[in-house]
Amino acid sequence: MTEIAIRVAGLRKDFGPVRAVDDVAFEVAAGGVTALLGGNGAGKTTTIGMLLGLVLPTAGRIEVLGANMLRHRERVLPRLNFSSPYVDLPHRLSVRQNLTVYAHLYGLRRIAARVQLVSREMELDEFLDRSTGSLSAGQKTRVALAKALINEPDLLLLDEPTASLDPDTADWVRRYLQAYQQRTGATILLASHNMQEVERLADDVIMLRRGQIVDQGAPGALIERYGRADLEEVFLDIARGTGLAARAAE
Amino acid sequence: MSIVRRSVNPHFSPQRIWGLTIRYVYLLRGSWPRILEMAYWPTVQVFLWGFITQFFAQHSNYIAQAFGVLLSAVLLWDVLFRGQLGVSISFLEEMWSRNLGHLFVAPLRPLELVAALCFMSLLRTLLGVVPATFMAWLFYHYSVYDLGLPLLAFFINLLVMGWAVGIAISGLVLRFGLGAESLAWLVIFALAPISGIYYPIAVLPEWLQGVAFCLPSAHVFEGMRAVLIEGRFDADMMLRAIALNLLYLSIGCGVFLWCFRLARRHALLLQIGE
Repeated sequence: MTEIAIRVAGLRKDFGPVRAVDDVAFEVAAGGVTALLGGNGAGKTTTIGMLLGLVLPTAGRIEVLGANMLRHRERVLPRLNFSSPYVDLPHRLSVRQNLTVYAHLYGLRRIAARVQLVSREMELDEFLDRSTGSLSAGQKTRVALAKALINEPDLLLLDEPTASLDPDTADWVRRYLQAYQQRTGATILLASHNMQEVERLADDVIMLRRGQIVDQGAPGALIERYGRADLEEVFLDIARGTGLAARAAE
Repeated sequence: MSIVRRSVNPHFSPQRIWGLTIRYVYLLRGSWPRILEMAYWPTVQVFLWGFITQFFAQHSNYIAQAFGVLLSAVLLWDVLFRGQLGVSISFLEEMWSRNLGHLFVAPLRPLELVAALCFMSLLRTLLGVVPATFMAWLFYHYSVYDLGLPLLAFFINLLVMGWAVGIAISGLVLRFGLGAESLAWLVIFALAPISGIYYPIAVLPEWLQGVAFCLPSAHVFEGMRAVLIEGRFDADMMLRAIALNLLYLSIGCGVFLWCFRLARRHALLLQIGE
């Protein structure tokens, strides 16, 4: 039987009259890569925020690594980590200082060695003592990823991990994530609207539109089901309500 | 031995508090203007009030009785002010750097953040006020340390009152965003007139005296005058100050936790920034 890393049921989030997430239910299998795919305002970031406990849902249940996130998030937080372009690390601290602070927050031992190891993996050695704010976008993304891996998480939540990166750096990040997942058997949930990224990394795709799940499946299965050449065309069908999406709506 | 520990202390963790504390120390260490700024105002105040004291010493019987009343008052007032600012500014650093999302995805409890802010406030207050006390000794031959052990009681009470106000303000800034940032600089000054820093509470209108004695600071400054002018330590005053501080510290933490919950409800931890 497949182990479940994340189980969500009846998840809803209202911001006043706006329903950002609408009765969402899904499961994420442990040890795989699942993508939340949707356009701007589809509810990806809000959903990830609720999974992490940063956002309180209006209704619904969230179970992460076997714990109820609404009641016992502190039990599983040591086994999670996350990275997002919308949340920064302090710019005035050096890379080493930032990683050291988070190593303490995650209760690690032999902190200097761990910081060294993660920085080497992220190819940050030469920037370790530079202030984080002085780094390029690609270097900052690698620092954010180093922070996200500092506790070697069993569950990694990534919000648009390659946003605003050049193709070379984005490719490096994707290769690293694949290698990390295969080496550790960790579960990765990533929110993205980069179709190539999702097609390359994800075993399972959850398609979101206006806060609702409109489809779910393996990238290949979705492409086949919609009769399209790639995931981008599937996404456009869903976003614009054309093709199979239009027929399903009828 | 594995580096990555799987069973992290789910309760109050000194390591997490230390982790956050060094985050603020790194920031402070890397910025000499911040260090200078901490000592700047207390030093300026000492000079200003030193001159005023010298003037009154020649013209007022009241001041002549206790040369150090004004200098002690200004130094202790700075403990209260620095104590509050030390909490609020460290918290604002997290807001300015858009770091709160990362912090609360880590197994950090809100009250551990509060504890780290308070510890940092103690360091900032000592760094700011201690040099000023030496200035007072050097230029006016007045040592606030002559107050003896009561000075420790005054210091702790004012520091804790500063923490209570700072924690509540941090909560409000978390809830209402950086638009409420100016509260960090304004609120404590509103309490100054009824704290009896430079004059006895008896000077205030009668109805206001009742309000004043709801503040721990009023008891501390009355206690300070009792030591300096009458040469006696009023233990009752200190006990009332301690009781009030416990109450206000609880209220401050309650406000912070309530605002933290509201921030999670309104998804503010993912949005807050400059």
